[in-house]
Amino acid sequence: MKALCWEGVNKLSVEQVPDPELRNDQDVIVRLIAGTTCGSDLHLIGGYIPAMRAGDVIGHEFVGEVVETGSAVRRHAVGDRVVVCSFVGCGRCWYCANDLWSLCDNSNTNPGIGQALFGYESAGIFGYSHAMGGLRGSHAEYVRVPFADYGAFKVPEGIDDTSALFLSDSVPTGWMGADLGGVKPGDVVAVWGCGAVGQMAARAAVLKGAERVISIDRIPERLAMTERYVGAETIDYTTTDVAAELRERTGGRGPDVCIEAVGMEAHSDGPMHLYDQAKQQLRLQTDRPTAVRQAVHACRKAGTVFVLGVFAGAVDKFPLGAVINKGLTVRGAQMHGQRYIPMLLERMAAGEIRTSHLATHTLPLDRAPTAYDMFKEKTDGCVRAVIRPQP
Amino acid sequence: MKKLWWAVPVVAAGAAAVRRSRSAHRSDERAGDRWLTVTINRPPTDVGSEGKLPPPLDELAERIDVRIRPAPGDRGTELAARFTEPVPAASTSVPARLAGQDPRQELRRALRDAKSLLEAGEVLQPDAPPTTRPTAGGRLVEVFTRRSGGEGVL
Ligand SMILES: NC(=O)c1ccc[n+]([C@@H]2O[C@H](COP(=O)([O-])OP(=O)(O)OC[C@H]3O[C@@H](n4cnc5c(N)ncnc54)[C@H](O)[C@@H]3O)[C@@H](O)[C@H]2O)c1
Ligand SMILES: [Zn+2]
Ligand SMILES: [Zn+2]
Repeated sequence: MKALCWEGVNKLSVEQVPDPELRNDQDVIVRLIAGTTCGSDLHLIGGYIPAMRAGDVIGHEFVGEVVETGSAVRRHAVGDRVVVCSFVGCGRCWYCANDLWSLCDNSNTNPGIGQALFGYESAGIFGYSHAMGGLRGSHAEYVRVPFADYGAFKVPEGIDDTSALFLSDSVPTGWMGADLGGVKPGDVVAVWGCGAVGQMAARAAVLKGAERVISIDRIPERLAMTERYVGAETIDYTTTDVAAELRERTGGRGPDVCIEAVGMEAHSDGPMHLYDQAKQQLRLQTDRPTAVRQAVHACRKAGTVFVLGVFAGAVDKFPLGAVINKGLTVRGAQMHGQRYIPMLLERMAAGEIRTSHLATHTLPLDRAPTAYDMFKEKTDGCVRAVIRPQP
Repeated sequence: MKKLWWAVPVVAAGAAAVRRSRSAHRSDERAGDRWLTVTINRPPTDVGSEGKLPPPLDELAERIDVRIRPAPGDRGTELAARFTEPVPAASTSVPARLAGQDPRQELRRALRDAKSLLEAGEVLQPDAPPTTRPTAGGRLVEVFTRRSGGEGVL
């Protein structure tokens, strides 16, 4: 079959690879209907995520049709149209049982790598390096889905493929930021980043009853989209002093909850950017935490900063003093999708969450490298490029 | 160099483990021989007893001591094991561990597999056939992935 493979830093190509096989009794094989690019993939493509091998298939957000089921699969049958959570959870370890699915103890087949990096490993995720389990990614004609009874969700008739697609990852990620960030009615919430993840975090904050939601980015069409489809106010950080503007809009208090949805390749115009970039290139720090720093500074006293953006290693100049002296709660997580997807499917069916506007471009699998180029460079207003094996 | 930075913590963690076991050696005869432990989200009666070990740990029964006790706070059962005969210092060096000659790797793998079987009913297998092709950087990742199931902080 055809698949999009990582061939080296900033090198992607569509290759012929062997079809995936059922490897466990709880697996299913899914024929891809659609997948999407994700900001997380950019970190991977750029070489910032460790333990990739040439030929690794990437992609982790997808909808498809079940074409084969393992003998122990109970909740799915051939023909089911499913959206699959990007993180794989066994459903029965302590973490899964406590709804902390991206921390599953039994879905990362390479636990030693994550343990050396982080102390304890995370769950496995599709197409996201051997440190994160080495599972094949979904930008292919077929993909194997382990523990399918827990990670694959049947999509109801009324929800189209493209809308459902974003329930794999960006929608639950955004929801988790607002949920575990503790957003409640009356809060003012600031969200850094108007990519799919940031937009969905802002939407979750709106739906959780926040009084005001303020999204921050620099790309005009993304800011406009966030106002129109999410119902948030926006700030362009290239033309506005973000900290001052947030103070003014919050009666001088600062936002109650700050959600960072930018990640380790954050951009900035300030002198710190050159410093961060140089250190990142030299691997003296692995990640650029510009938006995290800003969020920590802007947050009100005793507020919460939730980091949704992906970071892989060490950051420099982290304002720990602000955390302790302002009494902040700083929290982050990879997404616990299985916890939220059933509820989000219902909200989507009820029209509370829209995602189709995120799919600004659709390309066939053969042109997946172009899809990633557009997504990376944000050309032609690209927010997410959807990749379809059968156009 | 670009793709290699992550290898540093792996080696550093290995070195730290070796340092720890060496300094411990002076005071503790069982240095390098800590109990390797997993916590299993099942009650102790499901996990087994010293005479009846869960698979695949039972295959090592002759060579290991095992401790089973309830975990605090409703977290399941702690299953700990270590070799009856102390592991020779030579086989706990970083090169020996990279070469797969540290017997604790087999024990860690058995503990993890026992946990997966008890909790999830199966041990997740990596995808096959592989789609990767050999490159210089890739070979290093391959070594780490091959050892990964038997390494780590457990
Ligand atoms: N925690 C999780 O489970 C999870 C899941 C999915 C994605 N992510 C992460 O979320 C992040 C966003 O993903 P995405 O798909 O939306 O990516 P994206 O690249 O489409 O969006 C990132 C946005 O951040 C903006 N940005 C850059 N620097 C900024 C700054 N200093 N201040 C404000 N905005 C800035 C960019 O202009 C862009 O619009 C990535 O780091 C991704 O890895 C995390
Ligand atoms: Zn994603
Ligand atoms: Zn689990």
